[in-house]
Amino acid sequence: MDQSLSLPGKIWILFSTFFRIGTFTIGGGYAMLPLIEREFVTNRKWVTQEEMIDILAIVQSLPGIIAVNASIFIGYEVGGILGAVIATIGLLISPIFIITGFAYLYINVQDMEVLQGLFVGVRSGVTALILLAGIRLGKKVLKGGFAWAVAAASLIAVAVFDVHAGLMILSAAVLGFVIYGLILRGRMS
Amino acid sequence: MIFLQLIWTFFRIGILGFGGGYVIIPLLSSEIARNQWLTSQEFADIVAVSQMTPGPIGVNAATFIGIRTAGFLGGLTATVGMILPSLILVVITAHMMQKFKESIVVQSILKGIRPAVIGLIAYAVLFFASMSVFSGSLADGSFSVEIRGAVIFTAVLMLSIKTRLHPIGAIALSAGLGMALFTLF
Repeated sequence: MDQSLSLPGKIWILFSTFFRIGTFTIGGGYAMLPLIEREFVTNRKWVTQEEMIDILAIVQSLPGIIAVNASIFIGYEVGGILGAVIATIGLLISPIFIITGFAYLYINVQDMEVLQGLFVGVRSGVTALILLAGIRLGKKVLKGGFAWAVAAASLIAVAVFDVHAGLMILSAAVLGFVIYGLILRGRMS
Repeated sequence: MIFLQLIWTFFRIGILGFGGGYVIIPLLSSEIARNQWLTSQEFADIVAVSQMTPGPIGVNAATFIGIRTAGFLGGLTATVGMILPSLILVVITAHMMQKFKESIVVQSILKGIRPAVIGLIAYAVLFFASMSVFSGSLADGSFSVEIRGAVIFTAVLMLSIKTRLHPIGAIALSAGLGMALFTLF
């Protein structure tokens, strides 16, 4: 973690970064992964790649909205409870005002072809961005047969058998605890 | 009183909604039907707007529903109600993580979880692709490639690999290309 910044400096960066993430993320959840990764892992180095993966796992296993949970988690790590609140406010300002506009103007988006194009365009681009982020994080994590097997099993469970992502993470947690915490305990230390 | 009703309803949805937007929408749907806040057509419109505008789908839907039932303050009330459980639970979890991060139990759990998350990211790629780059499914033969989406996907992929294009730049480019391609073709 960067120690050179004062707390107000960090809080401001949290606010402005999550403001950008909230403004440019359409579709929520995983769509903001590439942005968070670029800002906090690559540029600021406040979060390591492993921590990024851990945060993704934790925020999905808890109730609530993934993007909001991520802003609270990162905000808390950087600036305590104030950081958590400010990061979340930053994330939600743009969406709240944009939605307010739509709600009061009674715009019927389903009739707007331009918006449909924007929607599909952004989704297509975001698909590429998540793919690249997944490859970068995967390189870090997928070392050895066990890791590949767990990754493949979780993809198949969620995509084919409709298993809830939270349940998948819980199963992997139990598996990790049994294998690394109990069976291979001696080898880890 | 409508504000108390909103905060309580959305607080409950915030607690029950594990996994974000696509879990929260069915929960919202049943609450709205029960309270008779909106017609089903209005609700469908709200879901469409929530998906197409920036921000988390669940928050967008909560804000929209709050506004339609009790104005702008209603929108804020619903949103605060929904994120309050998250604020409490995530702060507690983040605090515990800081405290026990180095313990063997937490480390071994994380070693199990990390590869599973990579699998979930792969699923997210498929999920987003199925709403843009292709449609239908291979299983029933309804699979088809959306050429315009595939063009944008390839362009963003290549540009991101070759240059240090910021994700925001990539998203703006995708939006512009999407509007252009879908208006022209």
